[in-house]
Amino acid sequence: MPRGRDHRVKPPPFEYHAPASVDETYALLGSLEDAKVLAGGQSLVPLLNFRLARPAHIVDINRIPNLDRIYERDGGVAVQALVRHAGVEDSELVARVCPLLSAAVRLVAHRVIRNRGTLCGSLAHADPAAELPAVLLALGGQVVARSTRGERTIPAADLFTSVMQSALAPDELLVEAWFPASPKKSAIAEESRRHGDFALAGAVRAGDRLALFGVASTPVLADPKNPTQGLQPSGDLEATPEFRLHLVQVLTDRVFTS
Amino acid sequence: MKVNGVQHPAPVDPRRLLSDHLRHDLGLTGTHVGCEHGVCGCCTVLFDGAPIRSCLMLAMQAEGHEVTTIEGLAAPNAALHPVQQAFHECHGLQCGFCTPGFVLSVVGLLAEHPHPTALQIDEGISGNLCRCTGYASIRRAVVRAVELSKQ
Repeated sequence: MPRGRDHRVKPPPFEYHAPASVDETYALLGSLEDAKVLAGGQSLVPLLNFRLARPAHIVDINRIPNLDRIYERDGGVAVQALVRHAGVEDSELVARVCPLLSAAVRLVAHRVIRNRGTLCGSLAHADPAAELPAVLLALGGQVVARSTRGERTIPAADLFTSVMQSALAPDELLVEAWFPASPKKSAIAEESRRHGDFALAGAVRAGDRLALFGVASTPVLADPKNPTQGLQPSGDLEATPEFRLHLVQVLTDRVFTS
Repeated sequence: MKVNGVQHPAPVDPRRLLSDHLRHDLGLTGTHVGCEHGVCGCCTVLFDGAPIRSCLMLAMQAEGHEVTTIEGLAAPNAALHPVQQAFHECHGLQCGFCTPGFVLSVVGLLAEHPHPTALQIDEGISGNLCRCTGYASIRRAVVRAVELSKQ
């Protein structure tokens, strides 16, 4: 048995911190240089394994108690930082108040990933091809960010700044996301090569509002009557820009006729 | 952390992935490692009863939790777990590389949906890649596992 002799590791060097409270977390994030918050790890750990991310410090928030609640407030649902996607998927409260979110979370990867990945982590990761940032944007939701400096609310329209870049400051923890109740006429549609893959393009309808994902550096609001206006999606091996624009039109039609 | 009912100390190096810890420190090589970025599903284990990717978790994070690997499903020389038995009967494997991950994903699926629909079966195994069987026999194995679990 190779016990103790094999020390191979995939991630690059980092110092590991496992704070036991949010206050301890704020203090760590406020004092450490180049720290990254580890929640579900379903995006961060692959980046570490590929060594694409090389943070000096990992602040693992999974040991913090009472940070995994979903509750109703201000006519919507609040989802705390350690709620897993699977918890959102199975939540009767979410299904009742914000069925759009219930539908969207089922499109996130696979159940095994959703058992571990967190909704707030997905928002903080700000992948432009991800579903949940676009849902937050379509609904006009917001997130709550806290640090030793205090608390602030960031509306979805200000949260996503560029590819995997958010308005969160390095010392802030995204403690909670808030989704307004979804209007009756809400829907999400996406096209991906395989079930569970990131979408080539996607559309979210919340009443009269339309948000698109996978077609710009952030999720974007668009005019339902002219959804491709001003869009310049990138092309890659999976889809050309023209094909993505075609998908935007098809998916918009789909969510506005469903 | 408890692995297959046995208490083990956490590794010293925080960079050690749970998958590498299981294989190299605990000698539980039934947990297979394929892509090591969460796509293939080979390294799936049960974490407090729910299937997760062991390559996407630091071993230290399992401290205070219960992990079940393929070795923990049935004791040596004992009857196979119903899901294992079903994969055996229905030829749900050829080379066997993806099998531990599939079996544990299906154990998780049946824990949540004891009588899954065809769609739930497809969704339940969609996070695992198999390059030999073509999935048809794996689907049949899930249906058979439901029958065997009732017995």
